[in-house]
Amino acid sequence: MTLEILAVDDSRTMRDMIRLALSSAGFKVHTAEDGVNGVEVLDGIQPDAIITDINMPRMDGFGFINAVRTQEKHRATPILVLTTEAAPELKARARDSGATGWIVKPFDPEKLVKALKMVAG
Amino acid sequence: MGDPNDPMAEIKASFFIECEELLEALQDGLQTLEDGGGDDETINVVFRAVHSIKGGAGAFGLEALVRFAHRFETVLDEVRAGRLDIDAEALKVFFLCGDHLSDLVRVSRDDAPIPSAQSDALSAQLDAMLGDAPQDTPQDDPIDFQPMGLSFDLDLDDEPDAPPVYQITFTPSAELFESGNEPFHLFRALEELGPCQFNCDSTRLTDPPDFEPEQSYLSWKIDLASTCSRAEIEATFEFVEGLCSLDIVPSGQEPPGDLLLDSALPDLPAPKPLTDKPVAEITAPSADLTPDMPETVADLPSPPPSAAPAARPDPAKPAATSGPKSVVRVDLDRIERLVNLVGELVINQAMLSQSLEQSGLSPHSDAMSGLEEFQRLTRDIQDSVMMIRAQPVKSLFQRMSRIVREASSAVGKDVRLITEGEATEVDKTVIERLADPLTHMIRNAVDHGLETPQDRAAAGKPAQGQVHLKAAHRSGRVIIEVSDDGAGINRPKVLQIAIDKGLVPAEASLSDSEIDNLLFLPGFSTASVVSDLSGRGVGMDVVRNSIQTLGGRISISSTPGQGTVFSISLPLTLAVLDGMVVQVADETLVLPLNVVIETLALNASDIEMVRPGVQVVRVRSGFVPLFDLGKELGYRAPLQDYDGSVVLLIAHEDGSRAALVIDSIQDQRQVVIKGLDASFYRAPGIAAATILGDGQIALIIDTADIISNASAESAAPTLEGLIA
Amino acid sequence: MNEKDKAAAIELLTFQLADQEYSLDIMSVREIRGWTRTTPLPHAPSYMRGVINLRGTVLPVMDLSERLGLKPLEHTERNVIIVVNHEDTMTGLLVDAVSDIIAITAEDLQPPPEIQTSASPNVVNALTLIDDRMIRVLDLSAIVIPEQSHAA
Repeated sequence: MTLEILAVDDSRTMRDMIRLALSSAGFKVHTAEDGVNGVEVLDGIQPDAIITDINMPRMDGFGFINAVRTQEKHRATPILVLTTEAAPELKARARDSGATGWIVKPFDPEKLVKALKMVAG
Repeated sequence: MGDPNDPMAEIKASFFIECEELLEALQDGLQTLEDGGGDDETINVVFRAVHSIKGGAGAFGLEALVRFAHRFETVLDEVRAGRLDIDAEALKVFFLCGDHLSDLVRVSRDDAPIPSAQSDALSAQLDAMLGDAPQDTPQDDPIDFQPMGLSFDLDLDDEPDAPPVYQITFTPSAELFESGNEPFHLFRALEELGPCQFNCDSTRLTDPPDFEPEQSYLSWKIDLASTCSRAEIEATFEFVEGLCSLDIVPSGQEPPGDLLLDSALPDLPAPKPLTDKPVAEITAPSADLTPDMPETVADLPSPPPSAAPAARPDPAKPAATSGPKSVVRVDLDRIERLVNLVGELVINQAMLSQSLEQSGLSPHSDAMSGLEEFQRLTRDIQDSVMMIRAQPVKSLFQRMSRIVREASSAVGKDVRLITEGEATEVDKTVIERLADPLTHMIRNAVDHGLETPQDRAAAGKPAQGQVHLKAAHRSGRVIIEVSDDGAGINRPKVLQIAIDKGLVPAEASLSDSEIDNLLFLPGFSTASVVSDLSGRGVGMDVVRNSIQTLGGRISISSTPGQGTVFSISLPLTLAVLDGMVVQVADETLVLPLNVVIETLALNASDIEMVRPGVQVVRVRSGFVPLFDLGKELGYRAPLQDYDGSVVLLIAHEDGSRAALVIDSIQDQRQVVIKGLDASFYRAPGIAAATILGDGQIALIIDTADIISNASAESAAPTLEGLIA
Repeated sequence: MNEKDKAAAIELLTFQLADQEYSLDIMSVREIRGWTRTTPLPHAPSYMRGVINLRGTVLPVMDLSERLGLKPLEHTERNVIIVVNHEDTMTGLLVDAVSDIIAITAEDLQPPPEIQTSASPNVVNALTLIDDRMIRVLDLSAIVIPEQSHAA
C-alpha cells in the first residue's frame, strides 16, 4: 500500500525535504526539477498524486498542471500545489489552474502527508 | 545538527550549497541587467533565486533570511509583473540586496549574529522602491512562518474516550471530481479522526437515459465520533471548500465557536448540478459503470478501514527519475582519495620504469615501449583526475565584483569591474586560497590604482574607472590579471617612500621595473593618506607571499597615465609540482622548479667572504648570498671548499635571490605532493614531501623559509658584534 | 566492547627496548613493518628518525628507545617499526624486536609507583607480570604527543 508521488520543484532543497518527509512516511517518491522535466518523468510512471511548485524555469507550475490535465490518464490525478503564501486568491488560482489542493510552504511533514491522504488515500 | 546522520542536517547543508548556486544565478542575472542585456526570463531567474532561498530558509526556521528574502522578492515580483521599472539606481540597490542576502546565508550557515541593521536599512530602500506601486504584502511580515518539526512519526490516532459525535452532511458537486478530488479519500481522511458511520443518499440518482455519467448525484450523511475540533474536520474538507455543500453539526451540543460553513440543516437538499463539463471516469457514481474499478463511490458508505485505494500503480513499470542535467555530486574526500591513488599510480609507474631501466633492457624493447605508453596513460589519468577538482573561477570573480562595489563606494569612486575568462578552470583548493590575495589586489586597484573622479576628469578620462579581472590558461598554468585604467605607478613617489623608509639606499638608481617591484617589499605602503580600505597594514608583500605559497608568481607592470597590471601565474593544481630533484649529503631533495632560475658550477674565485659565516657568490655583476643547503638542513657541517660545487640560483618573487649549494642535480620532473600535516613535527624549511621512484620519501624544500631562517641566524650575532 | 571483553582480555603487543620488555595495547597497533631507511627531517629532535613511505602516505618514525630516554637503538636485522594510530595520527615506533602478543585482564595491571623524574617522560601507565617478567605498558598519548608541540 505504497503511494507513489511525483514531486516537481526547482529547488533541490525542497525536493530533498519532500523526499525525506514522504519516504519516511512510506511513500515512493519521484522528483523532477521543473515542468518540462516533470512531464518527462511522468511519462514513465503512474503516480497516485503529484506535488508541484509554481515558480520554476522552463515550464512553471501552472503550465505543468495544464500539461498534466490534458493527458487523458491524468485528468483526475490529484495535484497539490506548493505555495509560499496562504492567500485565498492563490488558492483560487491554484484551483482554477486545475489543482486538487495546496500546501503552504514551509510545510511540515505531517501536514504534507495529511494533505496527500486527503486527495490520494 | 551535530548528528552527521541526521537527514535534516544533511538537507540543510545541501540547502546552503544550493544557496551558493542561487546567489550566483542572482549575481549573473543582475550583471546581465546592468550590462543592458536581459529579458523577462532574466528577471524571472533573479526572482526565482530569491524565492527559492526564501522557501528553503523557511523550512529551516531561518527567520531573518526569510524576512529579508521576502522583502526583496516582493520588489522583484513587481518588476517581473511589469509594475515597476528598474533604473541604474534600483539595480544598485538590488546588487546591495544580493550581497546582503549572501551575508545572511553565510551567517545563517555559521550561526553568526544577524546583521539586522543592514537588513532594516536595505528593507527600507526596497520598500521605498515600491512607493505607490500596488503591494501584495500589506502586513509587515505576512509569512506564515513555521519552523519545521523534525518528527516524522505520524501520530494520527484518535483519543480512546467515548467521543462526541459530529453529524456531517456532504454533497459533492461535479467540479469536486474535476479538480481531482475524490470523496473516498476524504472519507478515509475523516476516518483518521474517528470512527465514522456513512449513509449514502442516492435518491437523486436517475436511471438512463437521463443519467449523465459525469454528473454528481450522491450525497452522504456521516456520523463521526471524535474528540477533534470542528476546525480539524473542516480542514479535512479544505481542498473541496466551495466544491461541495458541507454541514457539520455536533450532535447533542452547541457547536463550539463560530461556524464558517454554518447552515445547520441536517437534510440539506443536494446542490443542483453546476456544470456539464466532463469529469474523469473514475468519479462515475456507480460500480456497474466502471467494472474495472475495485472500489467506487457506491461502496463508500462503509469502506473497510484498510481498503486499498482505487487506482494502484503498475509495479512493473520502471520509474523515470533522471533529471535533464547529468551532474553527480561527489564528496570531496572521495576525490581526495582518488587523487591520492592516482598519485600512487604515478609513483608506482616511476618505480617500475626505474627498475626496468636498471635491468638493462634495450630502449627499443617491447617492455620499454610499453612502459612509454603506460607513462602517457598515467599522465592522462592524472590530468583527468585533477580536472575533477577543477572549478571555474566564476564564483571567485563574482565575489570580487562585490569587493569592487564596496570598495568604490567607500572611497567615493565610480568603478566598473569587467571580468573575462570566468569559465577558466582551476583546482578548487587553489581557488579557495586565491580569494584573500585577490581581494586585496582588487581593493588596491580601486583605492590606489584609480584616480579620484576629479583627477580623471583633469586627465581627460571618463569619470568611471575600470578594473579588469581576467583569467586564462597559458602553457599549463593559470594566469590571472588584475588591471586598472588609473594613473599608473607614481615611480618618483614610490622610490622616495622606499628611500624614506630605508628600504633602498638614497643614492640607489633603480630601473622602472625595479621601482615597481618595491611595492612588494614588506612594510611598504603607497597611499600617503592611509585610507579606510587598503591601509590596514596588509601590504602587497603579503599578497606576494600567499601567491608564492601556492607555487605561483606575481609580477607588476605599469604605464604612466594608463594604468597598472598585476599578473599572477599559478600552477593548475596543488597536488603536483614541477620539481628539481637534487642530492645533498646523501639525501634526495626536491626544489620547486619555479624558483630555480639558473644552475652554476662554482669556482672558488667566485666566492667572497663578507664576514665569517657569510659568503656571497658573484653572479655577473651582482652578489648573491651563498647558503649550503646541507648545512642549513643540519645534514652536515659546512663544506670547507665549495670549489666545483653545484649551486642553484634561486629567485623569489620579492626579488630576493640566493645561491644554494647542493651536491648534484638528479632530475627535473613532476612530483606528487604529499602533505606532512599528519606528522606532528613541522620541519623548518620543508614545504611537503613526495615519494620517489624508488619508494623513498624526498622532502620538498621551502626555499624562502630556508633563506629567511639562515639569514636570521647569520644576522643576529653580527648585529651584536656591531653594537659592541 | 561487550561484557565479556571487559572481564577477559586486554591484548598487549610486547616488544624489547634496550633489554627491557615494553608493551602497547594491541588496539592501537595498525601493523608491524620491517626496518626501512628513513628520510631524516631537518632540525628534528634526535629521537625522530624521519619519515618513511607507508603505502603512499608519509609516516613519521621515532626511535622509541631514545624517545623513552634509553640509549638509542642499535641497528640490527630484527629491528621493526610498529605503526600505531593515536587519535587519527599514525606514527611509526622503531623498536628492537617484537616478542609476543599476550592477553591479560584489567586486574593483572598494576599502576606504576609514582616517581617523579625529569630525565625521562612519564610514559608507563601500568605494569604487569608475565612468567615472572615485568612488562611495562606504555601510554601512547604521552609518547606520540610531543611536549614541545610544534603544531597539532
